[in-house]
Amino acid sequence: MFKEVKYKDILNIKHLSIKKNNITCIVGESGSGKTTLLRLLNRLISHDHGEIFYHDQPLSQIDPVKLRRAVTMLPQTPATFSGSIKDNLLIGLEFAERPLASDNELYELLKRVKLNKELDQDAAKLSGGEKQRVALARVVLMNPEVLLLDEPSSALDEDTEHIIIEELVNYTRKRGKTLIMATHSKKVASQFSDQMIEIKDGKIINGKGV
Amino acid sequence: MDRVVELQLWQMAAAYIFVVMLLFIARIRGISREKEILISSIRMTVQLILVGYILDYLFNNINPLNTIVVIVVMEAFAIHNIIKRTKEKLSKPLKKIIALSMTFGTLASLIYFLLAVINISPWYDPRYFIPIAGMLIGNSMTGISLGVTRLVDGMDSEKHLIESALMLGATPKMATKQIVDNAFDSAILPTINSMVGMGIVFLPGMMTGQILSGISPVTAVSYQIAIMLGILGSVSITVILFVQLGYKTFFNEEKQLIENE
Repeated sequence: MFKEVKYKDILNIKHLSIKKNNITCIVGESGSGKTTLLRLLNRLISHDHGEIFYHDQPLSQIDPVKLRRAVTMLPQTPATFSGSIKDNLLIGLEFAERPLASDNELYELLKRVKLNKELDQDAAKLSGGEKQRVALARVVLMNPEVLLLDEPSSALDEDTEHIIIEELVNYTRKRGKTLIMATHSKKVASQFSDQMIEIKDGKIINGKGV
Repeated sequence: MDRVVELQLWQMAAAYIFVVMLLFIARIRGISREKEILISSIRMTVQLILVGYILDYLFNNINPLNTIVVIVVMEAFAIHNIIKRTKEKLSKPLKKIIALSMTFGTLASLIYFLLAVINISPWYDPRYFIPIAGMLIGNSMTGISLGVTRLVDGMDSEKHLIESALMLGATPKMATKQIVDNAFDSAILPTINSMVGMGIVFLPGMMTGQILSGISPVTAVSYQIAIMLGILGSVSITVILFVQLGYKTFFNEEKQLIENE
């Protein structure tokens, strides 16, 4: 995964490359442009200058829907769709027009995100942290090449955060995925990341590998 | 037609007693609606008298051009009304979609209705064309108005869900399915409901009018059934066109939600 010059009124990046199969953390204060960077990679917004490359191919030449199915993003406030936990887990696969997973796989997945819930439970009744983990599990279930996670642990307590992120990191490494994660926690970033990118006022101030 | 009671001017005037009564009630209860009551009564009177004379003129001067002018005015007024009545800001492309689906949907059902169902000749006979066009356009207008509101509201309040769906690789169509379906549903519901109450809860205006003018209730009813179905068709076509094309105006070619300024 590679990126060159790229602009936007909030973000001004001269050069940045994010390595494949690595765990990259984006840190910086809120409002610094972390989310904007992720949204650009997911092509939910378009840069107005320069070019972003994915596998040496400019983003603008990749079909946006196809791209998002390979480079999938989890927003900071995770969405809970109406329906059960099961519906919420499977909806990602439905959106991506892929075969659905079995209940066993789903229970396995819930265990991995430390959610001890029944699949037919109403997702709207879950707590903030539980919803976040359901949304995270949904993205993991889709098994994309690149996971873009925007503050995936913002609604979790510190212990759960640690367990979940560790689980996520193991998953990424085992499956040879690329994980790009925006986080406010420098602790998480320094502990788990291969590469740490620090953003301030839309500029990269530190993009070296750790 | 020997049973028809022609209303004399004084008889019509006598009906205004109801307005006076309402004004009286409003005054006593201190409800400040006198102005609106007066204005709407006067508007109703003037508009209907004008229409009476216009229709009289049209029926005596039957030619295709007149009929076409009438339908164009009706469509233009209906589209203008939909756009004006919607409180939400509408984007230019969305307004175009409203105009397009209104025009196409109503005209398609109108042509089918006049030529295939009633089989009038000549096709521009204003006696059939104008009232039927009015009913189809009027009901479609109400339908689309509801659909527009629901669609725009939904796109706004569910923005987060739509974006989340896009992030997961949903096409705009998938991401908005729920909202589009809701908009369609709420737009056609009044028409469906009105069919349920038809004949029991209320006698529709067209039928009542025909019966008053001396036509046999059975004939009036068969017309009413046909026109109800025509309205149902017209509303469904206009609304499905609108929602199917309308949701697309919220996305750009890059399948991104367009930020409203």
